[in-house]
Amino acid sequence: MADLGKEVKLVGSTNSLFTCRPRVALNLKGVDYDFLQEKWWQKSDLLLESNPVYKKMPVLIHNNKPVCESMIIVEYIDETWTSKGPSILPSDPYDRAMSRFWTAYSDDKFPSLLRVLMGPIPGDIPEAREQFVASLQLLEAALKKCSKGKIFFGGDNIGYLDIALGSHFGWIEATEKLAGIRLLEKETVPRLVEWSEHYFAHPAVKDIMPTTEELVAFVTEVKSTLSAPAK
Amino acid sequence: MVASAAVRLFGMWASPAVRRVEWALKLKGIEYEYIEEDLSNKSSSLLEFNPINKQVPVLVHNCNPIVESLVILEYIDETWKENPILPVDPLERAKARFWATFVDVKCREESRKAFFMEGEEKEKAIENLQVQLKALDEELEGKKFFSGDHIGYTDLAVGWMAFWLGVAEEAAGFKANYDVKFPNFSRWMKDFLAEPVIKDNLPPREKTVEFFRAFKQLGSCTKVNQK
Repeated sequence: MADLGKEVKLVGSTNSLFTCRPRVALNLKGVDYDFLQEKWWQKSDLLLESNPVYKKMPVLIHNNKPVCESMIIVEYIDETWTSKGPSILPSDPYDRAMSRFWTAYSDDKFPSLLRVLMGPIPGDIPEAREQFVASLQLLEAALKKCSKGKIFFGGDNIGYLDIALGSHFGWIEATEKLAGIRLLEKETVPRLVEWSEHYFAHPAVKDIMPTTEELVAFVTEVKSTLSAPAK
Repeated sequence: MVASAAVRLFGMWASPAVRRVEWALKLKGIEYEYIEEDLSNKSSSLLEFNPINKQVPVLVHNCNPIVESLVILEYIDETWKENPILPVDPLERAKARFWATFVDVKCREESRKAFFMEGEEKEKAIENLQVQLKALDEELEGKKFFSGDHIGYTDLAVGWMAFWLGVAEEAAGFKANYDVKFPNFSRWMKDFLAEPVIKDNLPPREKTVEFFRAFKQLGSCTKVNQK
């Protein structure tokens, strides 16, 4: 039977900030797609078949071929729909290397620090906060350099590093609420605060980002489900 | 040969991540100055060029530092267009990047655990590593190299396993049994190490085993100073 759906499908979840990454990229390029919502407690057969190695979302399925790993998907989108929308990665090889480096840095640092701060896994909150704030300072300097005086890391337009960081920064307010601490402060990282306001207000981003309330509710639900006594 | 006196590479002789960059530079015929670092006493240049991770490899091109070996590989491919190491097709490029990060994040994690830990944790790590090797073995079905008939980005990324996995096994006393269980992967290891650019650019095996044996005896589970 012919697949009558759109040629682009995205397997993911509205609560997953990694899923937001390819969604922003597809929005920037004006590419239409079917969004296939996953339940966090039960992986679909489609997810397991299309990502047998990691069994994780997001997965982009384009012409029935899967592409896995959020930033690899973003780069695939940029390289496939070249005539649609501005380039997501910069054109200069050194600028591209900086985008990739800071993305790898953020993906290495932020998820584990945020998890400690939110409390699902045990850890030292003051130390995690100190490390998190130190990382923000480095990114503040990187933003000054990469943006070349503009708002986004990508300059006038949202780029690869903006998309990568957006998914970590999307968690900041929820984490601040859950942990009762401040993380992103205008006094210490003014450029990043301004960047954050512009990023989350961008048309390609604002309608697909979960709200702080949704994320807090999601974390609370996951924590209580996982800590519930086995029946 | 592409003359490029403006290219410097900070490295350490036993580091697989550094060799990965050297293989790429040599495949493209790029001339470079190599600077050997003593990681127990890092040079001021290394700290200046990589203040964030303070790790090797660092490629410096026209005074601009680039760090993280896979980032460096993409930079090399985009800057010097001869002998491309990444494919042209976006889907093939995505697959190449997928396997590179799989090996760098997942396989390296389990190899490190198998290397440093003992008892049940070691056995579990070896088991996980074998599941990963099976995936790599299946990916190689019908192909000489991950990148096809010639070595490319994915082979350079996975390449550390062809040499350093055996070194780790000997230094730490474990066997992942790929020669028995994963024939495609085992065959790829031999073919990869036989490639002229690779075999002429490996550290001496015995010295490397001794190095890692001593490293294990330090008893630390912290990350090696290289990425």
